[in-house]
Amino acid sequence: MLHPLFTEDHEGLRASVRGFVESELAPHALEWEREGHFPDWVFKRLGDLGLLGVRYPVEYGGQGGDWGHAIVLAEELARCCSGGVGMAVAVQTEMATPPILKFGTEEQKQRYLVPAIRGEKIFCLAITEPNAGSDVAAIETVARKDGEEFVINGRKMFITNGARAHACLLVTRTDKAAGHEGFSLFVVDTDSPGFSVSRELDKLGMRSSDTAELILDDVRVPSDALLGEEGRGFAEIMWELQGERLIGVAGSVAGAWLVFEKTLAYAKQRRAFGQPIGSFQAIRHRLAELATELEAARHLCYDTALAWEKGEYPVGQISMAKLHAGLVVNRVMNACVQIFGGAGYATETGIERAWRDARLLRIGAGADEVMREVIAKTMGL
Amino acid sequence: MTTRFDTIPKAGLFTEEHEELRAAIRTFVDRAIRPSVEEWERAGEFPARELFRRAGEVGVFGAKYEETYGGTGPDLVADAAITEELARCGSGGVAAALGAHKDLGSNYVYRFGTEGQRRRWLVPAVAGTRIGALAVTEPDAGSDVAAIATRAVRSGDGWILTGTKTFITNGPIADFCVVAAKTDPDRAHRGISLFVVEAGTAGFASRRIETVGWRTSHTGELVFDGCELSPDALLGEENRGFHHIMECFQWERMVMALAAVAAAEETLASAIAYGSGRQAFGRPIAKFQVWRHRFADLATEIEAARSLTYHGLRKLVAGEDATREVSMAKWYATELDWKVADEALQMHGGYGYIMETPVQRAWRDARLGPIGGGTTEIMKDVIGRSYGL
Repeated sequence: MLHPLFTEDHEGLRASVRGFVESELAPHALEWEREGHFPDWVFKRLGDLGLLGVRYPVEYGGQGGDWGHAIVLAEELARCCSGGVGMAVAVQTEMATPPILKFGTEEQKQRYLVPAIRGEKIFCLAITEPNAGSDVAAIETVARKDGEEFVINGRKMFITNGARAHACLLVTRTDKAAGHEGFSLFVVDTDSPGFSVSRELDKLGMRSSDTAELILDDVRVPSDALLGEEGRGFAEIMWELQGERLIGVAGSVAGAWLVFEKTLAYAKQRRAFGQPIGSFQAIRHRLAELATELEAARHLCYDTALAWEKGEYPVGQISMAKLHAGLVVNRVMNACVQIFGGAGYATETGIERAWRDARLLRIGAGADEVMREVIAKTMGL
Repeated sequence: MTTRFDTIPKAGLFTEEHEELRAAIRTFVDRAIRPSVEEWERAGEFPARELFRRAGEVGVFGAKYEETYGGTGPDLVADAAITEELARCGSGGVAAALGAHKDLGSNYVYRFGTEGQRRRWLVPAVAGTRIGALAVTEPDAGSDVAAIATRAVRSGDGWILTGTKTFITNGPIADFCVVAAKTDPDRAHRGISLFVVEAGTAGFASRRIETVGWRTSHTGELVFDGCELSPDALLGEENRGFHHIMECFQWERMVMALAAVAAAEETLASAIAYGSGRQAFGRPIAKFQVWRHRFADLATEIEAARSLTYHGLRKLVAGEDATREVSMAKWYATELDWKVADEALQMHGGYGYIMETPVQRAWRDARLGPIGGGTTEIMKDVIGRSYGL
């Protein structure tokens, strides 16, 4: 039976995305991983297929779906075997653009959201800085009012899609003295004078996605580049992070399931000491443990999404889902490398790639330790 | 704006009515069980007859069965909510005694019994006036059910039952006991049948076994020494007993998972309450980051276990085969309950090690979870096999 989050409609979407991913994305995965880049046409193609707006309103070119659809998309993209692709798409659909729909003016939606859903404008989201990650309140990028304009100065770090984005959702300080009430969001075109990519960062996993450091040097933007309310940026980005965490969980857990399936097949076929290694009780029990933990992680994700769709704002539960999935997915990947043995350590099977990709879930969008802080706070501790 | 999500019950399972039932059972637990737990645990006894009767009056035992048997169902979701609330009573033994009656003894009679057998044993069981038990395990056969040695030999129209059962919850206090026996010893698991044996049957004796936890419940060894059984003692189909047991295992394991999640939640709450009051180095120990994070980890794992368990429950409610999912939930939730209890004991420090603090009991009681109803190792074997390993 389907989880109540899903209907036959969702399963239809799942089948069509899977077909697309297997025929048009997966064949390029190895090449993209080697190059450390996947081409922009992927965004355009996803846009043409309607996959960049599965839960956006029809009036902006979306499909009018719900979190179930967004989760299906993330799960199926994970099957392309290059974690960076799903992450880049998630930045586009569930991180940089939801605040535009929720807090933007009609004009901002027409100018940015509509082309984002079509895949014509690629987005990045810039929160983190060299000296401020999960401690969002430590952000130093400043947007200073100057007549009808704002002048933005600062540096942003570890920005997915940063090198190729056409537009950037930016978290800044507009009032240093106001503490948490002094943050504001902006949507900035990346071809604005003073906006530059200082370097692209090479990294351990998620290698097909581009990760950049951005420099904002006296970037002048009109006042209508302000997204949402001036001074409300902290609360707005905290809201954004909830969806970001949830979608990250969905994609990562699905990626781990795919590796589990491959490991299961390998354990049945690979022989040692006269029998398939999967028939040894130690391996059988190990695989049983991995499947159990993954099933728990998957359903915690689904239950959390369901609670959200039912009207709750489950901040604690979302952090739990992310903390749990991060730990489980990494345990699973590591165990699968182990079961594959030498073949798991070799690049050509793709197992080590998945293992490296998975490591990010425990760091990005709030590290494990930050999730524990959030959870403890929601528990009154 | 209303969406389709507004019509979906909580976790796809619990409606407003279920929540009302939950509240009623919680009130019952708070009034009829909780205040006496310390006294009963010290005595290793509880007033079973009276408590079963009171539980029957508030509908603890009837959620799975139709009104004609005195029930309020059939509604497995309601039964799940009742199970969760009983598990919060603070005594694993009392919850186990009520559960073994509700989910084992009575359930077998309902599932495989004739109308006459249901009238005779199920109706009073639902009312709480007769207590039931299930006896499968033997000194030399636990999860390996096909290896049981208890024999039932045909004698005229009836049967002669001989053998020994052990670790039987409610065994020494039960009015009726569902017993698994070999009826065709040459056919391994295809030669097992179920019988209902009443207390007082000649040749049926029992003794209580002392246990590390679950100390209020009566765990017993049952001896059947040539017990004469009438033809209508046979429950279900002759030689289909193994199949019947396997069928019922799913619910037994599901309620263990449900109970483990609820118990773990209770244990964690009590540890947090203690740690929030206890001061060290100038602040409540629950406020130290190590403990805040450990509590966050445990609460997270409890939510994960709940989601996994409810996944299995939804499948069972839908009537689907949930062997894999239930096995996953059973080992994961019971191992977690044990882990939570151990961490909670640690949080209590020296107070956790003395008998007047309830957490020591949670620790002892939780240890049974990964053993009873099929061990963790058996669960992993079942899961592995379900993947073709």
